[in-house]
Order: sequence, then structure tokens, then C-alpha cells
Amino acid sequence: MSTPLLNVTGLKKSFDLSQPFLNRLFSGDERKFVHAVDGVDFSIERGTTLSLVGESGCGKSTVAKLLMGLTHPSDGNMRFDGNELAGMSAGDPPDVRRRMQMIFQDPFASLNPRWRVARIIAEPMKSFGTHPDPSERRKEVDRLLEFVGLSAADGEKFPHEFSGGQRQRISIARAISTKPEFLVCDEPTSALDVSVQAQILNLMRELQRELGLTYLFITHDLAVVNYISDYIGVMYLGRLVELAPAEQIFAAPQHPYTRLLLETVPDITMAHRDMERPAGEVPNPITPPMGCHFNPRCPLATDRCRTEKPEFLPYGSSRVRCHAVQEGRADQAVLREDL
Amino acid sequence: MTTSTLSRLYDSDIAWNFRHSWMARISTVTLLLLFAAALFAPLLATQNPYDISQLFLLDSELPPSWVEGGDPRYLLGTDQQARDLYSSILYGLRLSLIVGFASVVLAAGLGISLGLIGGFVGGMVDGAIMRVADILLSFPAILVALLVNGVARGILPPDQHADAAIWVMILAIGLTNWVQYARTVRGSTMVERRKEYVQAARINGVSGMGIMMHHILPNVLGPVLVIATINLGMAVLTEATLSFLGVGMPATQPSLGTLIRIGNEYLFSGVWWVVIFPSVVLVILVLAVNLLGDWLRDALNPKLR
Repeated sequence: MSTPLLNVTGLKKSFDLSQPFLNRLFSGDERKFVHAVDGVDFSIERGTTLSLVGESGCGKSTVAKLLMGLTHPSDGNMRFDGNELAGMSAGDPPDVRRRMQMIFQDPFASLNPRWRVARIIAEPMKSFGTHPDPSERRKEVDRLLEFVGLSAADGEKFPHEFSGGQRQRISIARAISTKPEFLVCDEPTSALDVSVQAQILNLMRELQRELGLTYLFITHDLAVVNYISDYIGVMYLGRLVELAPAEQIFAAPQHPYTRLLLETVPDITMAHRDMERPAGEVPNPITPPMGCHFNPRCPLATDRCRTEKPEFLPYGSSRVRCHAVQEGRADQAVLREDL
Repeated sequence: MTTSTLSRLYDSDIAWNFRHSWMARISTVTLLLLFAAALFAPLLATQNPYDISQLFLLDSELPPSWVEGGDPRYLLGTDQQARDLYSSILYGLRLSLIVGFASVVLAAGLGISLGLIGGFVGGMVDGAIMRVADILLSFPAILVALLVNGVARGILPPDQHADAAIWVMILAIGLTNWVQYARTVRGSTMVERRKEYVQAARINGVSGMGIMMHHILPNVLGPVLVIATINLGMAVLTEATLSFLGVGMPATQPSLGTLIRIGNEYLFSGVWWVVIFPSVVLVILVLAVNLLGDWLRDALNPKLR
């Protein structure tokens, strides 16, 4: 068995939301933390795609920032091809960071509006020193522009002269300019029209095939996930609740939250499903519920779910964090409703 | 390449706006005339007012040439030291504009750097810079300028006061006016630094300095242009005020403000021209700068379109 390209264990990140010390002294408030990422484990095999899905605020974008070194983890390990990344800043160490790149969500904010496209795409090559010679770098920029479906002449233009989809192509060209092995894609299609989304997703699949890339794909759009993923991780309030091969998530979702997510996808083929609609909103992440975070919305919640945090344990070919599944109550519940 | 840049500039909103605003065009023409007059002062002037050997004391306090008793050699009359007022105004305008521009450059350079560092680094550094700015803002600008001026004069030996006057003025006005730039740039920097293109640069190992200089700086300079234009008028006025109060340019090298002060002393003896003409030039200069600055602020503000 090959070792995974990326291995993340016990990753945690909490943000301090406390008032300044003096204010706290007068108001008597306690220190407040939000646990954006609360113990996440996953690994990604070379050449495959893992998607992280979940509602906004569940911590999936924070995982991306932690991996790229844009923010430092409070605890846990991130090993990329044997190199520990926890505690390393963005861009450091250069020979490892060159092999990891990121595509951002907003194609209108991720390109410097005052820079020409050629300079934007060349920046990583210049910074990491992969193409020290300017004319060689320029040639590589032209090649990359054509590779992502633009023309070499576009290098002289400014970002505002392009549409959202074209800008995302520029972003992709920048990301692959240092010949990375691993790409973090933070909702790369959520700001685009549906027709353009498909083009960008096709381009990314093509890149994966031709360059052997490994993707961590972050999104809330299950249709996108279905199209691109090998594995899917479902996150809820900072914790992974289910991690399974893509086809299994769609065919046989285990965790009640995964089922909820799938039911909210508007899809004709799923119209026959029962609308098992758990009540309630996403709880405040500053004061998450005791025990299993999902218990206030879960139709299967018991007293154990309200007091004891479930572990992330193997269940068939997947891993699930749910007492009901581990006790064997989940399948019976579905059966009962079908009757 | 250059032609396309030029034609793009000609087609831009701001150029269109300029062609359709008579106020902007009149102020620009006025300013260009004044700048030219200051730049070519040695060629346009009929005498060098700084050169005592060119002055004839018998010609002192002559009225303007078109008034009875005026001398055709002295278009706008002379002061009590027989200096030609027309030449003095040209040289004075020159000094006023040099002090104005140099102090704006100093204030903008200082303000942009401090604002950029404060906004980008944040934390204690930001706090320290902004508290200094707050303290400066709580005093009237002229008081701070007077203070800097007084300290500089205290440090320098008395025989260098006249020579150093122009540098002291630039320093005093520049150190007073940087706060506006710092606040504006800090605000925009804090917005820009959170944007994804900055994160992309960090991922690619670009240093903090590189991000500040190459990524953030070009994106925060827009509002600085407007502030600098309006600030030029303020700086010229502050210089005139300091000179009028007698702590600015010395009487041997008069700026517009010094001329107004000298004229003010003789106003009640009927010598009106020494105070009126420099004042008119000063008013026209500051008015043109401010009108241009106002227009620029409106033209660059997308909400007012």
C-alpha cells in the first residue's frame, strides 16, 4: 500500500474571540473561543480527489488555510509527502510549498487588479525561482495561458478585461505554474454561472489526468462534489462526521447529517425519498451543543448523543462519527419510516 | 504601446470628466500659468529682488505704474526697500510653491509609509503609529508647525536661520500634514490585505515587504492623489501664515506670506499695493488648487456619477 501524499491527524484551530483583558475584567465575561476546526483526520492518496463538504461556517475553508500555512493550527499534524507542515508559515519551506498550490473562491479578488496577467501568472515562478530567466519565464507563461484555454496575447491584459470564468482560468494557470503535485481548491466554482462551472470543472479534471494532480476540493455544492470526487468528507461544526468513497456517500449515506445534506439537493432521481427533515438551525459555533454537535437537529438523538462525544470510527469502507450508526440504530430508523 | 496607453487615457472616464468640466479646465490653466511664472521667474522678472546691488532706495514705495506717480519700470510698484513688487511676487510665488510641493512630498511619503506599515503589520506597531497620529490631530496644525519651527530654530545657530528657513518650513509643514495620508492609507491597506490576491502572494512565498510594496501599495494610492492636491493648497496657506507671523521666510528672501506681512506694516500709510497684489496671487493659487482637488475627488468617486 502506498503512503498517502497528504496525511492530516487531529487538526485543530480555535480563534480567540475574547474581549480585551481590561474589558473582560470590568464586564466579568469569560474568555471566548470558537473551535473552527475541532480535531479533523483525513489522508489523500496521490492522484485522487478528496472533497470536503458542509454548510458555511463548518470550518472547511479554515482547513484549506491551515494546509497552506495562511493560519497556524492550534494542535495536530499535517504531513505532506513526509514533511511536517504544522508550525510552518505560508511559502515555507519553499521546496515543499512549491509543490502545493491553491485556487481561490472569488476570481475577482484573487488577482491583483493593478497587475498584468502575465505578471500574475509569473509571480510564483519568480518567487520560488523555478524559472530564473525572465524570457524563459515569459515563454512558460504563454504556454500556460494556452494550456488553460486562453491565448498568449492575453498576458498583456489586466484582470478586469476578463469574465469570471476566464479569471478562474488565470488563477489555475498561476496555481500550476510551479508544477505542483497538490492543489487546494476553495470553492473554485461557487462564484461562477452553472455553464461556466462545468467548463472549469472539466478543465480541472483534464489537469488531474495530464499532470497527475491530487486535489483537496472544498465546496458546499453536492452536484460539483459528485462530478469530481473520489472520496468525500462531510464536515459539521468543525468536525468530520463522515468520510467515505464518493459513490458510497451518494448510494448509502450513514450519518444523519449526510442524509440531510443529500435530501436538500434538488434532484429528480431522488424525488421518491422521504423528506426526513430534522428541525432547527446550525447552532452557534461559539457554544456548540454537548456530546454530538448534531444532536439538536438529529431525529435519532438519544441521551447518550447529548452527553458523550462520538468517536470517528470505521464503519464498512467509510468512517462515521455517530452513536446511532455505531449502535446499529440508524438503519432500523430508516426501515421504520419506510414502512 | 505608448499610443494605446495615451488613447486609453484619453478615452477614460476621468479625461471625459475633465473635458466636460469648465471649472477643472480653468483651474488647471490658472495653475499651469502660475507654475510657469514661478519656474521662469528669473527670466520674467525685471530685477532680482534678493540682490541688494540692483535696488535703488530712491525708488522706494512707488505706486503701480498706472497710478499717478508710478514708474513704468515698476509695473506693480515697489516696497519700502525699493524692491520691484512684480519681481518679488514671482520669486515669492516660487518659494511658496517649492515649500508647498516639498512639504506635500514629505507628508505623503511619511504618511503612506506609516499607514502602510500600520495597516499591514497591525497590533502594537499600528497602535503606536495611530496614537501619535491622534495626538497630532488634537492640536491645530499651525500650532504643531510653530512648535517644529521653534525647536528647529532653537537647535540651529542664529547665523544659519535665514539659509535654513526654507528647510525648516518644509519640515514643519510636512510633519504636520502626514496624519491624513497615514489614516487613509491604513484604512485601505486593512481592506486590501485581507483580499485573496494577498493570500495568493503569501502562499507563493512573497515576503511581507514585497506584498506591501508590489501588491498593496499600487492599490491604495488612488485616494492619496486627491488628498495630496487639496493638501498642496493647505501647505501653501500654512507657509503663508507662518511667514505672516514672522517665523517663516525672512524678509531678505520673501515668500508670498512675507510680502503680505511687510505690506501689512505699511498699509495705514497709504501704501496699499504691497499687501494687495501678493494677497491676490495667493488667493488665486490656493483657490485654483482647491477647486482642482474638489473636482478630482468628485471625478474619482464612483458614487457621485
